[in-house]
Amino acid sequence: MGEPALKLNEQESRFLNKVAEMLPEGGNLNMCLTCGACCSGCPATGLENMDPRKFLRMAALGLDEEVCSTAWVWMCSLCQRCIYVCPMHIDIPALVYEARAAWPREDRPKGILGSCDMAMRNESCSAMGASPEDFQFVVEDVSEEVRENQPGFEDLQAPIDKKGAYFFLNQNSREPVTEPEEMIPLWKVLHMVGADWTYGSAGWGGENYCMFLADDENWKHIVQTSVDKVHELGCKVFLNTE
Amino acid sequence: MASIYQYYAKWIREGKLKVNSDWNKDLKIKFTVQDPCQIIRKSYGEPVADDLRFVVKSLVGEENFVDMAPNRSNNYCCGGGGGFLQSGYADARRQYGKLKLDQILATGADYCIAACHNCHAQIHDLAEHYEADYHTVHLWTLICLSLGVLGEEERTYLGPDLAEYGL
Repeated sequence: MGEPALKLNEQESRFLNKVAEMLPEGGNLNMCLTCGACCSGCPATGLENMDPRKFLRMAALGLDEEVCSTAWVWMCSLCQRCIYVCPMHIDIPALVYEARAAWPREDRPKGILGSCDMAMRNESCSAMGASPEDFQFVVEDVSEEVRENQPGFEDLQAPIDKKGAYFFLNQNSREPVTEPEEMIPLWKVLHMVGADWTYGSAGWGGENYCMFLADDENWKHIVQTSVDKVHELGCKVFLNTE
Repeated sequence: MASIYQYYAKWIREGKLKVNSDWNKDLKIKFTVQDPCQIIRKSYGEPVADDLRFVVKSLVGEENFVDMAPNRSNNYCCGGGGGFLQSGYADARRQYGKLKLDQILATGADYCIAACHNCHAQIHDLAEHYEADYHTVHLWTLICLSLGVLGEEERTYLGPDLAEYGL
């Protein structure tokens, strides 16, 4: 017998098993039939010479170092189409997510890292770092302009922190920060149907880059900030605007 | 917790949003729609995919709507999700998105409706990068266009065919 082609890690210490322990039904991570349905329907197949099946098989073989260092984990968009088409419903994206989390935080992609850190700057939880005051200023300024210049919308409102409003709306930061006029059609729709709605001064940011960064603690913080605000205002429905 | 697509559909069904597709009867501008993974496959599935199509068809006319293949819960991700847009791997992101680009082009649509921000940014970027001919619009733009209340400054993503329509 010659040298083994692969030096495999001890079974119990493997990355795959550690992730399986965190997931309901172990994420079915040990159920792969190697059929390839996942990779044939995955737009990330071939990038970095990787694909979902290969990634899972490498993890199953205990090639933990390779699995936890390939940049491919940042090219998988966690879209879950692989789970959808998989006959065994294997949670490959959860494996990708934990491989992201295995990267030292400072080595993760700067753009994602920066967007997460921006969201931590203030209560808005906006990936572009817009403060509650900035947000309030833009919303008031733009809505005032509509009331003054657009006939039929003299009564248009875009409330922030309106207690007891039925809907709590989130808002992607790109609008208030870079293209505020794109908020107007949304407000008009809400106005025309007579919706009782509000934004929150806290937790209004519609994006969560800490989740993409695989930073669990700050991901939770962002969600919690929105949830707390919804409860504080007594809103009934959290309405996702995208 | 709800998606606004569900409410757009509800408000149209209840007659609160009096949209119609008459504006597109003669123009015959073709539209396709992106099913955002987060909303459709990962959260609400087919019922909201149905709502989304009901809204789109109400706005543009059934005969002017062309679905991508595959679609709904089986749709391909555009490549803007999961943080990809901010990851710094722009070449890989556009290579990934080539599948989406080809899907859109195969419909022959003049517009791709992308009601999710990640999708909107990515699909818009794909058209610019690959010099494709389609435009990328939000749903709210078309709702207000159909209602005749879309303001002058609210038309950034419309093509020249609709840039001044209804002003």
